[in-house]
Amino acid sequence: MPTRHGSRRSLDLLARGQPWVWVTAGGIATALLMIVGLLLLVLINGLTAYWPERVARVRLQDGTTLLGEFTRTEAGRRLLRTGNFDLTGKDFQWVEDAQIAGEDHPGEAWVFERLEWGRFYGSLREVRLDDRPVVPAPDRFRELHGAARRRLAEIRRIEKHDLGAVFAEMERLRLAVRKADVRHGPGSSAVEAARRRAREREPGLEQETAALNRRLEELKQEDRRATVVLADVNGREKVHRVSEVVRAYPANELGLPGRLAVYGSRWWEFLSSEPREFNTEGGIFPAIFGTVLMTLIMSVVIVPFGVIAALYLREYARQGALVSTVRIAVNNLAGVPSIVFGIFGLGFFCYLVGGRIDALFHPEKLPAPTFGTQGLLWASLTLALLTVPVVIVATEEALAAVPQSLREGSYGCGASRWQTIRRIVLPKAMPGIMTGLILAMARGAGEVAPLMLTGVVKLAEVPVDGHFPFLHLERSFMHLGFHIYDVGLQSRNSEAGKPTVFVTTLVLILVVAVLNLAAIWVRGRLRRRYGSERF
Amino acid sequence: MSPEIARPRIPVPGLPLAAPGARVLESPVAPPYGEAPMTPMPEAATPGPAYHPGMEDLPPVLKVRDFSLWYGERQALHDLTLAVPEGKVTALIGPSGCGKSTFLRSVNRLNDLVDGVRTSGVIELRGAPVYGRAVDVIELRKRIGMVFQKSNPFPMSIYENVVYPLRIDGVHRRSVLEEVVERSLKSAALWDEVKDRLKLSALDLSGGQQQRLCIARAIASDPEILLMDEPCSALDPIATSKIEELMVSLRGDYTVLIVTHNMQQAARVSDYTAFLYMGRLIEYGPTQDIFTRPLRRQTEDYVSGKFG
Repeated sequence: MPTRHGSRRSLDLLARGQPWVWVTAGGIATALLMIVGLLLLVLINGLTAYWPERVARVRLQDGTTLLGEFTRTEAGRRLLRTGNFDLTGKDFQWVEDAQIAGEDHPGEAWVFERLEWGRFYGSLREVRLDDRPVVPAPDRFRELHGAARRRLAEIRRIEKHDLGAVFAEMERLRLAVRKADVRHGPGSSAVEAARRRAREREPGLEQETAALNRRLEELKQEDRRATVVLADVNGREKVHRVSEVVRAYPANELGLPGRLAVYGSRWWEFLSSEPREFNTEGGIFPAIFGTVLMTLIMSVVIVPFGVIAALYLREYARQGALVSTVRIAVNNLAGVPSIVFGIFGLGFFCYLVGGRIDALFHPEKLPAPTFGTQGLLWASLTLALLTVPVVIVATEEALAAVPQSLREGSYGCGASRWQTIRRIVLPKAMPGIMTGLILAMARGAGEVAPLMLTGVVKLAEVPVDGHFPFLHLERSFMHLGFHIYDVGLQSRNSEAGKPTVFVTTLVLILVVAVLNLAAIWVRGRLRRRYGSERF
Repeated sequence: MSPEIARPRIPVPGLPLAAPGARVLESPVAPPYGEAPMTPMPEAATPGPAYHPGMEDLPPVLKVRDFSLWYGERQALHDLTLAVPEGKVTALIGPSGCGKSTFLRSVNRLNDLVDGVRTSGVIELRGAPVYGRAVDVIELRKRIGMVFQKSNPFPMSIYENVVYPLRIDGVHRRSVLEEVVERSLKSAALWDEVKDRLKLSALDLSGGQQQRLCIARAIASDPEILLMDEPCSALDPIATSKIEELMVSLRGDYTVLIVTHNMQQAARVSDYTAFLYMGRLIEYGPTQDIFTRPLRRQTEDYVSGKFG
């Protein structure tokens, strides 16, 4: 019983609340630990994936000899990446430690990364020019290899770019005839005029095609001259054109600079080129491009829409039951499973809106769809639909946080409501709107499910080319999130794709981080300018 | 209405009914509220507003007749009738919640922003009605400047803050804007402090400077009347004295209607004072007279600090 001057009963531990400090701190620590753990896992696996390891030759007790890189260790056994899928029918092999009779790292072991069939572990037996061996093999190989790769790039360029342009023009002429046919009826003068134009142009185009094909044939002839003979650890030979080898290096004789060069070259290839080998090898540039472009289109769409909607809800609409209902509905919209948005986007954007656009503007191409199928624009709009509630909610919060005194000051100066919104309220709310955009981008860039229905495919080219309108928003595209799913879970050889999965994840996280940092930087500038930290 | 009627009335014998020049007689009955200054005053002492002689001779900018205002069901202003003379500083004093700020915000119709506000009676700004269906509120507010209790500089540069009223009118001429900035900031006694950093954010100024900037903004469009809603209540004594000096210097050029809690301030800066109590005008006259020779006991009690 506390008395006026006597000591009061001391509080027990629970009432003091110290345990709660521990519980709350423990909660945040667990969350941080999981996030940091995930990031570290991705970071370590992603950064080490392209490091050229030494190549080991393993002799087993049953007499077989294997050559390859160890990739994974478990209790009592190790996974050896043996490559040579075309010779052995497998890429990886588990090696029991107990069965190993001997292990060494032969200096003559090479790693060849090939355009097809994956890696080859073995030795460089011979380099041939016009079926005659040339010596010394490694030096001649390096010489011929550089030239061959450049030649291959030119072949690709002619096939894709130059021939593509000719074919695009042929298609345009054909479509012009078809268009006149649809618009003005068969046999009309417009059709005849279009036919005439097409006929006039035809010989020129055929000449161009023939010239390009001749050039291609020359290049390919040249390409066939240089070949390389590879031999695996058991002496089986495999002949390749030099140009079919992407990268080759003597793994065990490489010093640190050499390894760094291989590492850097692999990263560069990964970031800048297109995928090959069912996406498990090669680069992911189209996926990076698609992800960034899609997120940017989404941002461009959601900011005006979200801000306008929030402005109406907060500044114009009479606050009441109806507005509250709309607000709840908007909040719930953000919680709808994304696959539902995907199905809606497919039905509404791709088929309904896109179908109408095709019927109106591209009737000559039908039944082949232009906008009436999955594409970058529809995927972006579907994601915009999915993320716009985030912007609306954030903008509403930001508008509500603008002090009433500022509005009154503006009205007191004789400003209209719109002038007040545009000159005072919106600038002041801008950092909050940017926060909404950041959250929306983070959600949108990582979303995959709705994209699978509305425009993302396993393999696609960058939707930018030299033909009008240069940026083709109606085309399908690649996406980093889907790429991870595809390589990790859908590929022929998921073990071979594992490095790609980690590196792609790392790149996706980096892309999202960069987009977010850019938005945060903009927000910081706005904050400094409008002094929001005061409120 | 009903609670006011239910309150016990203490009769004050011989109270004159607003006879011109008359003094209020001392009540023979000792007021029971001497010991407890916060108790509300007796109702019987308000037969109607007491106007000091000579007030009707001044040329008015703002005329208010029988103006009442309701927030929903609650009546906040009761039949105010007064005229604000041109070129003078007029103070509105009274205890918290007596309707001073409400009245001030009725003049430029900022109360329109509040849901459920209803008014009756007439307010005229130079003969033009303030309330009415044909009145363009935005045009009306352009003729009135307002300074708020809490300084509210806009999140932009000092320069842009001052020219804001001109910007929204679509004025773009640099020479005009620059001239207005200099004139307004000089009138607001801020020019010397900020003339070298006009492009800097207004939010970096001190509290007192911000309030003077708001005054500069309010007078930038040369308003016909300047409304000030307790402009010093959030400021320290030094900043307050600067603003008070400023108000004194504005007298003559501008008509100022100021709400203040601070009776010393009203006595220092204003030419005329209106005392409001419970939404009613009790007394209106020259400041000197209100503070030294009030006509009403309520006024006397308030200005002498017995309640409020």
